[in-house]
Amino acid sequence: MISRFDLVVEPGTVATVMGPSGSGKSTLISFIGGHLDPAFRATGRVLIGSRDMTELPPERRGIGILFQDDLLFPHLSVGANLAFGLARSVAGSEVRRARIAEALAEAGLSGFEKRDPATLSGGQRARIALMRTLLASPKALLLDEPFSKLDSDLRREFRRFVFDRAAAKRLPVLLVTHDVGDARSAGGQVLNLGSGRTE
Amino acid sequence: MDAALRQIGVRKRGFAPSLSGPESRLVIALVVAAVLGVPIAAGLIFTLLPAFGYLPSIGGYALTVKPWRDLLATPGLARSVRLTLSTSVAATALALILAFGFCAIVHGRMQKRGAEGLLAPLLAAPHAAMAIGLAFLIAPSGWLLRLVSPWLTGFTVPPDVATIQDAWGAALVVGLLLKELPFLLIVILAALNQIPVEQQMRAGRTLGYGPGIVWVKVIAPQVYRQIRLPLYVVLAFSISVVDMALVLAPTNPPPLAVLAFQWFMSPDVARYMPAAAAAMLQLLLAAGLIGLWRLGEQGAARIGLWWTMRGGRGLTGEPGLQFAAALGITALILGFGSLAALAVWSLAWQWPFPDALPSAWSLGIWRHQAHALVWPLANTLALAPLTSLAALVLAIAWLEAEDRAGIRRPATVFHPVYIALLVPQIAFMFGAQVLVVKLGIDGTLMAVAWAHFLFVFPYVLLALADPWKALDPRYARSAAALGSSPTSTLIRVKLPILLRPILLASAIGFAVSVAQYLPTLFVGGGRVATLTTEAVALASGGDRRVVGVLAVLQSLLPLVTYLAALAVPRIVFADRRGLSGRA
Repeated sequence: MISRFDLVVEPGTVATVMGPSGSGKSTLISFIGGHLDPAFRATGRVLIGSRDMTELPPERRGIGILFQDDLLFPHLSVGANLAFGLARSVAGSEVRRARIAEALAEAGLSGFEKRDPATLSGGQRARIALMRTLLASPKALLLDEPFSKLDSDLRREFRRFVFDRAAAKRLPVLLVTHDVGDARSAGGQVLNLGSGRTE
Repeated sequence: MDAALRQIGVRKRGFAPSLSGPESRLVIALVVAAVLGVPIAAGLIFTLLPAFGYLPSIGGYALTVKPWRDLLATPGLARSVRLTLSTSVAATALALILAFGFCAIVHGRMQKRGAEGLLAPLLAAPHAAMAIGLAFLIAPSGWLLRLVSPWLTGFTVPPDVATIQDAWGAALVVGLLLKELPFLLIVILAALNQIPVEQQMRAGRTLGYGPGIVWVKVIAPQVYRQIRLPLYVVLAFSISVVDMALVLAPTNPPPLAVLAFQWFMSPDVARYMPAAAAAMLQLLLAAGLIGLWRLGEQGAARIGLWWTMRGGRGLTGEPGLQFAAALGITALILGFGSLAALAVWSLAWQWPFPDALPSAWSLGIWRHQAHALVWPLANTLALAPLTSLAALVLAIAWLEAEDRAGIRRPATVFHPVYIALLVPQIAFMFGAQVLVVKLGIDGTLMAVAWAHFLFVFPYVLLALADPWKALDPRYARSAAALGSSPTSTLIRVKLPILLRPILLASAIGFAVSVAQYLPTLFVGGGRVATLTTEAVALASGGDRRVVGVLAVLQSLLPLVTYLAALAVPRIVFADRRGLSGRA
């Protein structure tokens, strides 16, 4: 499907991959994230810095992913969802609790620790999902159309929120979308899978 | 660190199919083959050989067709076969039609969660208990006639008519219907979850179709495809049922499975060989009937398509559906009535004939029977949790291994693992007995547990597979992207989210184990008594009050498990709206 695809994303920048459905955007995300269906075979390498991630299982790649849906775990409270993401290296329950409170404050949701994710609004859930991903201290971020289900105001706001956080952490970000507005606001290089040309 | 070095580089050159399956799948497949495949295969072979005269333990060494000649010379065999075929087809077809009629009329007004709770007593009750309850209800001296006598019928003594064990097998058909209708309803409701019923209903009605006919022409064909396997299980079960037939079917001649069963249980060992031949004939009948049903499906599909293409809006068809729904509701009420009859009789002290209710109530029978109940109860309570738990662990391992191998086969397709549910029990239980005798474990609780497992595991897998496969795979991917290993993801994410279906699958496994009759009797060598074997043994001719106690207990155990399975997620996830089971 995809052939000869080469992309380097600098830290703190967002590269956008665009293309119609069926062009292999999601498969690309799966390959980078390590979730490729065994029915596919991909050749190629995924590097973060000089480290080769291609052979690593998904949980050891250090690549955070945001999907179209927030995928907050329905059996855990908001706080427990964030704790699930928070890296093990952050030890001590006091310290961990403080980090989670800090993340919630950053998302404008202070005091939401005990809340049931199912009772939050779509925008609130999306922000929690991003904070959960960032608390795992990823070395890169994949965005699989995470804005497409939000309405336009919320969409702009959440997009800004994501890009600002990623830039602050100097993360390389790969955004997959079919929305020109997303690509424009990302501000980085844009790659079109349909035609294969880079703008 | 050196930020400039942080980059993602991707270079890809085409995709091609590849084989990658972790060893775990192989290991689990081998375990399943050994635990399920070996006894079923051995059971069939050790039943097939005696059918042709080879049974060394009674001096049969030469291969001969004499058992078949003996079988065919049995008076009334043709009637046995006819009875077997007519009752099983009638019960299955009726259950299917009434279930569809019921769903067409009632669906949309009914919450699936509510239906689960409502149907739980009928689903949980073992077949034997339901048969006994129905007999208590419709027998000439049964509750129904007592309710209308003598003021309506004028009877002061029970009339001399055969309302159970009737020559047509009608009582057996009704008995099967009482169990299979709720089963099909719950299966259909699960299938409906995967179809956008609301939208299709709206689309159909704006084109001028009546709601019932949209159901028949649009929804039902999609549902049927998904429930085909459970439906074949119902058909195979109906054709080979023994415990219900012992209570409800005519005795002279009985259905074929009962004939084989009586010969196998006979003290005259010379009967074993024709019994084995009858068991093999039973297998052929089941295979032939499922094959014919399959052909019938194709014919029905063609006719249905022609009918749909004609574009009739079917506004006049609604009364037919309403009639089917009404019959379905009647059957459900009859099922509850049967269970109530069991309870009333177990508490009756004196109940002379035309009285509508006992003249004296007492817990005396429960007290008197306590000593006799201890062992059957203990065995039942050992077997059911053991087998359902083992089946649950293996089913989870199976599904998790499929996930890791990236297999997304729909759960309802045919798979060798479901064979135990499609082969008549009578066709391999004698052979299974031979196997456990050879292994020197006959009559042990472990051997009986093994025999139960053959049926518990497929049902647990069947119940768990759909919700398991329906879980969004991106939950696991999110967890992995957050650094969680596959095993940690299984324990911390998948199992908690799936708690409800996991508990329900275990409850189904529990009920299946409690209900097992033939496997308990054959593999237990008559030495492992359970509530089911005792209830069936006493059902004909025993004191109704004692039988009532056994059957009530037999129905109560699975029901309590079932209700617990429905209640626990509500308690555990009381403050998680997504999982508490509340709509």
